[in-house]
Amino acid sequence: MAAGVATWLPFARAAAVGWLPLAKKIMPKPPVDKKSRNDEILYVNVSGLRFQTWKNTLDRYPDTLLGSSEKEFFYNEDTQEYFFDRDPEMFRHILNFYRTGKLHYPRQECVQAFDEELAFYGIVPDIIGDCCMEEYRDRKKENQERLAEDTEAEMGTDTPLPPNSTHRERLWRAFENPHTSTMALVFYYVTGFFIAVSVIANVVETVPCRPLKGSKKDLPCGEKYSLAFFCMDTACVLIFTFEYLMRLFAAPSRCKFMRSVMSVIDVVAIMPYYIGLVMPENEDVSGAFVTLRVFRVFRIFKFSRHSQGLRILGYTLKSCASELGFLLFSLTMAIIIFATVMFYAEKGTKGTNFTSIPASFWYTIVTMTTLGYGDMVPNTIAGKIFGSICSLSGVLVIALPVPVIVSNFSRIYHQNQRADKMRAQQKVRLARIRLAKKGTTNAFLQYKDEGGFHDRDSDNALCLKNKSSFEHQHHHLLHCLEKTTNHEFTDELTFSEMCMTESMGYRTSRSTSISSQQGMSTSCCPRRAKRRAIRLANSTVSVSRGSVQELDTLQVHKSSSGLQSRSSLNARTEDLKLNCEDRDFTAAIISIPTPPANTPDESLPPSPAFPGILRNSRTNFYTHETVKISSL
Amino acid sequence: MSGCARRCKHGLVKFALSVSKLVTGTLIKDKVDDDLELSIVCHRPEGLEPLEAQTNFNKKELQVLYRGFKNECPSGVVNEETFKQIYSQFFPHGDASTYAHYLFNAFDTSDNGSIKFEDFVMALSILLRGTTTEKLQWTFNLYDINRDGYITKEEMTDIVKAIYDMMGRFTYPALKTDAPKQHVDAFFQKMDRNRDGVVTLDEFILACQEDENIMRSLQLFENVI
Repeated sequence: MAAGVATWLPFARAAAVGWLPLAKKIMPKPPVDKKSRNDEILYVNVSGLRFQTWKNTLDRYPDTLLGSSEKEFFYNEDTQEYFFDRDPEMFRHILNFYRTGKLHYPRQECVQAFDEELAFYGIVPDIIGDCCMEEYRDRKKENQERLAEDTEAEMGTDTPLPPNSTHRERLWRAFENPHTSTMALVFYYVTGFFIAVSVIANVVETVPCRPLKGSKKDLPCGEKYSLAFFCMDTACVLIFTFEYLMRLFAAPSRCKFMRSVMSVIDVVAIMPYYIGLVMPENEDVSGAFVTLRVFRVFRIFKFSRHSQGLRILGYTLKSCASELGFLLFSLTMAIIIFATVMFYAEKGTKGTNFTSIPASFWYTIVTMTTLGYGDMVPNTIAGKIFGSICSLSGVLVIALPVPVIVSNFSRIYHQNQRADKMRAQQKVRLARIRLAKKGTTNAFLQYKDEGGFHDRDSDNALCLKNKSSFEHQHHHLLHCLEKTTNHEFTDELTFSEMCMTESMGYRTSRSTSISSQQGMSTSCCPRRAKRRAIRLANSTVSVSRGSVQELDTLQVHKSSSGLQSRSSLNARTEDLKLNCEDRDFTAAIISIPTPPANTPDESLPPSPAFPGILRNSRTNFYTHETVKISSL
Repeated sequence: MSGCARRCKHGLVKFALSVSKLVTGTLIKDKVDDDLELSIVCHRPEGLEPLEAQTNFNKKELQVLYRGFKNECPSGVVNEETFKQIYSQFFPHGDASTYAHYLFNAFDTSDNGSIKFEDFVMALSILLRGTTTEKLQWTFNLYDINRDGYITKEEMTDIVKAIYDMMGRFTYPALKTDAPKQHVDAFFQKMDRNRDGVVTLDEFILACQEDENIMRSLQLFENVI
């Protein structure tokens, strides 16, 4: 029930006296109100801003935080007030809701912050008043779209490819997103250049050049230098054909690709050339062939792959199809009306241009679009009057749908710009986050290196004291974690070094038969190792989780691989506190094996420093068939 | 002659004004403004002391009552539509509008179509803090729709029908169509002493005072505020 109703309840109950004489049965006893009915003023302190309100006001909505006994949790005995550590500006709106029964949405606040406040105070957003509901809904939808775009962009085309993608997939990626590799970029620019060359050649070959010696007539350049133009055309068409075939090969769904607009444009652009090659040098047929050359101008549409603005324009026109249709329809109606009127108005004049209604169509169109060529003019007075009305109305009819189309274009363009901006910002943001994460782990590693754990004597304590207590506690926590999982943290450089030495050592000590048996591939290509190391460095908690998983799967292969791995261990053993068997199989990081990117250098010295986890993650590589991917 | 000239001048001025408004595009604006101004009516009660003197409430109770009233009706008056809406919210099962209409008339002692705070508080004072005679008098006023001092069978039937309307359709046991009539007959059986077909105030009060149940239940609602 609404708040106001609660106020009127006493009066409704009092009015029940009117039923008493009519009552057939005895009235029930009224409920006894144990609480004191005295209305008191409550003090609510929200982050320093003090609000005061009657207790009754808050009691109006008993299913919210302030109206129920939940607010007692926030009662401060010393100051005799309810203290909330929340936004005081927004609390104003919340309290107004209690007072007036209507919740308003403050337009200058972020919609998410507002939602969070409402959730805290136990108020359902559905009761926002009609005056503010539309704004709230719009903002909320916009926000959700933005978040959806964010997640899409993250998972979008900018992420690195999964390592086992085929040539075909990589090729398709290169075509769709040229910025992924240098080759793709080069190809992109080359095709762009050739499109431009082809279009310019088409244009220039019709320009009249100076005539050949001994002839008076001006020849178009295309005929004068026909060989040169033919060669250029051939080169362009070759490039376009090659590109089209590559795209066709790389497309994930060939049927869909062949039906797409861009591929149709590609085909139309190169078809005339092939038809021209095939067709014989016949007089009548070549006339038809000449018209086919018109389609060569479609090559200019290939630029839309290169230009985002063109794509936006195309998309806008598509989305404004209804407005365009309306424009066309209303224009047609007006043209027919005015053409008819003009024809009949000018019918009597001798030698008039308005020979028929369709002939008047031309006059109407030229007048309505305010072109006014002047090849057809009305002579009678009636014709002139109707002609002027025609031109006035033309302006109106055309001007009406145009703002809609323009606003659509503007909206889509801004959306695109925003998407680009967000992508750029996202990259910067992610880089910063990664840097920060690395910073904290590096601090921890440094702390370890300085022997912070082991020596608590005065020497080391001196160099350690500049750390804040927060950092101390944090490091202590990480240390506890290390002790818990019996693994240690390290950084990527040492990890990859470690990895390579291990695999190298492994190769020299293992026979080929075993490797062929297990289908093993050296898994320590630096890129993957680096990625793994980053994941290792960034995840502290999941180490123990992962290790538990791996224990099961790797037990199977323990016997075959355990010996070898241990034999190639030459790192310091003093860190190995657990028994070795466990260490072998408690590697947490699993990676999907990829073909080795390079062969490890024989001359690499074994790196000194490392923790068992690094070493033993290698064991996963030959057991990759059974290995599960951890949730790191 | 002068009157004619004045009228002509007046007409010309008006015409010129309307043409200028046409040109500047403000032809219709004034009408809307006038309408807006008329609807804002504000009423203030006399004061805390007089009200305290006239009613059986003390200052604090009047304050609480007024705060609630003012919150719901900032303009200071309740009109019948609002009253019906509010009352209907308490009885969502059925249709409370007819009974609310009668109730409104009972509250609106000055018969001007709106309840002011004084009316509201006076009625509450009677209902909650008044003597039994006053309460019964108020109830009689409620039943006597045309305020002629007599409750006829038709009036009573209307009232009872309105009360049964508030029950709604889904009741247990199911409502029969002649239930109001039976109820009214029973009522008249009890109240109409001289069997003249109408109930006067004295008959009503007498009959009620003889009924123990009614007397007892009149005390039930004293603690509402």
